[in-house]
Amino acid sequence: MGTTLEGALTAGLPPVGDLAHEKERLAAAAEDEGILDVGVGHLDSPIGRLFVAATEEGVVRIGLATESEDELLAELAASVSPRILGAPRRVDPTRRQLDEYFGGGRRSFSVPLDWRLTRGFRREVLEELVAVPYGETTTYSELAAEAGRPRAVRAAGTALATNPIPIIVPCHRVLRSDGSVGGYRGGSDAKRTLLALEGESGTMLASG
Amino acid sequence: MLGGMPDVAFETLVDRHGPVVMRFLIARLGPIDAEDAFQETMLSALRAYPDLREAGAARSWLLRIAERAAHDTGRARRRRPIPVADVPDRPEVGAPEDPSGAWSGVRRLPDKQRTAVVLRVALDLAYREIGEVMGTSPEAARRNVHEGLSTLRDRAGEI
Repeated sequence: MGTTLEGALTAGLPPVGDLAHEKERLAAAAEDEGILDVGVGHLDSPIGRLFVAATEEGVVRIGLATESEDELLAELAASVSPRILGAPRRVDPTRRQLDEYFGGGRRSFSVPLDWRLTRGFRREVLEELVAVPYGETTTYSELAAEAGRPRAVRAAGTALATNPIPIIVPCHRVLRSDGSVGGYRGGSDAKRTLLALEGESGTMLASG
Repeated sequence: MLGGMPDVAFETLVDRHGPVVMRFLIARLGPIDAEDAFQETMLSALRAYPDLREAGAARSWLLRIAERAAHDTGRARRRRPIPVADVPDRPEVGAPEDPSGAWSGVRRLPDKQRTAVVLRVALDLAYREIGEVMGTSPEAARRNVHEGLSTLRDRAGEI
């Protein structure tokens, strides 16, 4: 008797489908209400799957393929806000511009940036870096000098290594003084791919 | 943790517990009202989330909010005038998504029994967690489940 009733109940319950549509609707409602502190999304690219996070102010974080999504979400929850949702509407302008960049049709980005995940000298270095144009490169020591501390080459290196918004803040355009490619959070192959995309070519890249 | 805020992204919470919350609401309200109640639940939860202190009990917390949303949905529906000439858009006994009409019977149980039966049968929760969601002891949760199920059996016997 008991099994019949509970069996009928269990059998009478339709399975829960994919919640993608519900999540999208939720993110839109949260954004309208002003409680979507961070919207996140993904993008496939020649250097792997990228993670994009944006606050109401602008792009706050780009995660490269080498970074774990769980850690990126935990980092944002701890340092910005735990009110984080997948939000196509919030990240679409950035995804579109990145797509255009990878397709070769875009040389600079116009989406607003939210710099809150970096500060002090690191932020100064990164803000200098935004001025390095597409297809050109600089070195760690030049960048330190431009940020006003020519001897802080290592600190400049740290600023780049902790760049929260790679690609848009083009830390891939910074090479070692000897011309070798140097490190990259997304791996030096990813750095070479980006430089090749921008038409930086030749021996310098091969020697990395 | 920074400033006592939860260190888990709400997105992670939705991925982890969203299906359970949706299953609860489908059992509680039927698939049509469940979608709106799911939105209401998750929006309320997102509003309150930065103040949540016991992130470990997130599932019970979400189900508590879901029960409140389900309760409000039920009340709003009862206030809504029913146009007699129209085809009913509410799942009725024997509707395709509930062929035996068993869940319609659950939805007519007294409040506490109904919620307890849904948490037990649809989600297979332990009495301890049912008590957490409903703000009762595990013993009271067990009693609510048993009384609800025996009411349903009695009714089935009456037919």
